[in-house]
Amino acid sequence: MSVTFLGMPADRPFPRNAARAVRDSQLRFNLRKATRTIRARRASVVAEAPDWAELREAGRAIKEHTLRNLDEYLVRLEESVTAAGGHVHWAADATEANRIVAGLVKATGETEVVKVKSMVTQEIGLNEALLEQGITAYETDLAELIVQLGDDRPSHILVPAIHRNRAEIREIFAEHMSGWGRPAPEDLTDEPAALAEAARLHLRERFLKTKVAISGANFAIAETGTLVVLESEGNGRMCLTLPRTLISVVGIEKVLPTWRDLEVFLQLLPRSSTGERMNPYTSMWTGAAEGQEFHLVLLDNGRTGVLADEVGRQALRCIRCSACLNVCPVYERVGGHSYGSVYPGPIGAILTPQLRGMGSELDRSLPYASSLCGACYEVCPVAIDIPSVLVDLRSRARHPWPERAGMAAAGWVLERSGRLARLQRAGARLRRLVPRRLPGPLGGWTDTRDLPEVPKESFRDWWDRTDGGRR
Amino acid sequence: MRVALFVTCVNDTLFPDTGRAVVRLLRRLGVEVDFPRAQTCCGQMHANTGYRDEAVRLARRSVAALRGYDAVVVPSGSCAAMIREQYPKLAGSSGPFADAVAQVVPKTYELTEFLIDVLGTTDVGAYFPHRVTYHPTCHSLRGIHLGDRPLTLLRQVKGLELVPLPGAEECCGFGGTFALKNADASAAMCADKVRAVLDTGAEVLCAADNSCLMHIGGMLGRQKSGVRVTHLAEILCSTETAGVR
Ligand code: SF4
Repeated sequence: MSVTFLGMPADRPFPRNAARAVRDSQLRFNLRKATRTIRARRASVVAEAPDWAELREAGRAIKEHTLRNLDEYLVRLEESVTAAGGHVHWAADATEANRIVAGLVKATGETEVVKVKSMVTQEIGLNEALLEQGITAYETDLAELIVQLGDDRPSHILVPAIHRNRAEIREIFAEHMSGWGRPAPEDLTDEPAALAEAARLHLRERFLKTKVAISGANFAIAETGTLVVLESEGNGRMCLTLPRTLISVVGIEKVLPTWRDLEVFLQLLPRSSTGERMNPYTSMWTGAAEGQEFHLVLLDNGRTGVLADEVGRQALRCIRCSACLNVCPVYERVGGHSYGSVYPGPIGAILTPQLRGMGSELDRSLPYASSLCGACYEVCPVAIDIPSVLVDLRSRARHPWPERAGMAAAGWVLERSGRLARLQRAGARLRRLVPRRLPGPLGGWTDTRDLPEVPKESFRDWWDRTDGGRR
Repeated sequence: MRVALFVTCVNDTLFPDTGRAVVRLLRRLGVEVDFPRAQTCCGQMHANTGYRDEAVRLARRSVAALRGYDAVVVPSGSCAAMIREQYPKLAGSSGPFADAVAQVVPKTYELTEFLIDVLGTTDVGAYFPHRVTYHPTCHSLRGIHLGDRPLTLLRQVKGLELVPLPGAEECCGFGGTFALKNADASAAMCADKVRAVLDTGAEVLCAADNSCLMHIGGMLGRQKSGVRVTHLAEILCSTETAGVR
């Protein structure tokens, strides 16, 4: 059986990653500022769309229908792409996808490729796999560029460098740009405009000389064979039009049945994601243009397994808008790296353990990386009930034995009201002995919070003694 | 009307004042309340931590104790959400358990829903001369959609000065066993909530859920802030002549 690789090491459980992250005050400041700004923007543009609830329901329904008939729509997509002059490849897992892409690049004789920001290629660790074959992949999305130059990992779906502030970005540009192409100007400041200009000059050179591009896609339309990428900077458009060979790696869940379906998502996505009414750069391509070559690699990498799960399969509806991350109180405090996968935040907490399985400590801890506050479900444009999936995954995780023992004991007490009453009376008698600090794994609570005082009498005993307050 | 109080295990064991306040309040409004003795716990902690079998057992017990009444009143948004949202999923589509759940769920009300939607009252004749701020709690807000019912009731309380809580809709970080399993993230969330509460200058923080109040109150207490936490029912129960106790 192949192991699903999600581009990041799965070593430590989430709470340990989180504990380290919450102590990084700079990180918390950066995250708080960024998520709050974008959260407010999303809320205001969603509020002004009078038919948002209907749009959301339409988005949910289209995705649901497509997933139920995925086999059919994928075959149709292959036919349409092939008819339009493109080549379709099927990849069962990361290794296979990387081998296909590396082979395609080698066939062009090139050793350099430009990339549009793409989560799925991060998921399969494509850049690293290409490097092993002597091919260098250059990220062209501004935030991805920052991450790549800083030898870092993305920490957000939409804003991969959300954990960096502009002073840090200036550092990274000044120090590392020269190693990847045109160096940063000598007098680079941390003004956003200056940083953007440095990136623009650096990237422009790259675009003009690179002949192979690799992209993901937000949507793939079965009816016409059209692929769609939404981005904000125009770098994507450069990658998608200039090079002679374009290779798109796309997860099989990205397919939409018809051209008309796109209308719904072109409204849902920008408002949910960047908080804009309309997306700045929407690029679409169907097959190959004259003198160019187009390859579509359709990737499974654990997705059909997720599809088989009745509760969990709704995670495949995700359109990667990042609204759930931006509203998540846990993500806001612990940042994306704590989730140990390219998919952080609430969607990551349900998608990663489904794709990768719950073999590692980290993956078993991810379904618990939520207070079940429900904010993610409320904002999700395709109505993924993330809290319910979390609870379902929790019921399937292997639990540590002390917890199992505690839960069994609590269950035993609560199963009979007489047992509960006896325990309450024992507690009331020993109330002065309740310690201020709890031992072991429970100590996390009492490090920062007082325990409530145990009352002299439970409600149930009061009710009996006073005949429900009548005596 | 035969009304059952589902007091919840947390209130029963740690916050009996809240249960007493509900009984007195409802009686003052002319409602006779019964306390079905066999009740213990809705099973939320087990369900949400991934112990489905135990949760099903507790859910069966709860609906057995609560069926047969015209209404069930729950002074907890999150336990009401457990019954209404999760019981149908735990019970499945058919069988005696599913039937019992189908009987109980439509008659289950969180306290403020019962007051406003069933009794049709927004002024319960309460008197509480304090500066109060209200935290809506996630399950009250997004689980059972209480909306502004609690605020509507609080606005009618004589002597009460209601001050808005900044960032009210944000989670306080309790989340049941989340506060234990992810203590650091939880404490960071709670710290922000505490700061927001202190910013209001309120003397009292109230909510429709004692578990969240226990969490926020635990940090307010550790910081010796002087701000008290109180369940909404206790405020609604207070009158000029009688205190809560
Ligand atoms: S789960 Fe929903 S809100 Fe989160 S990224 Fe996916 S589509 Fe957006």
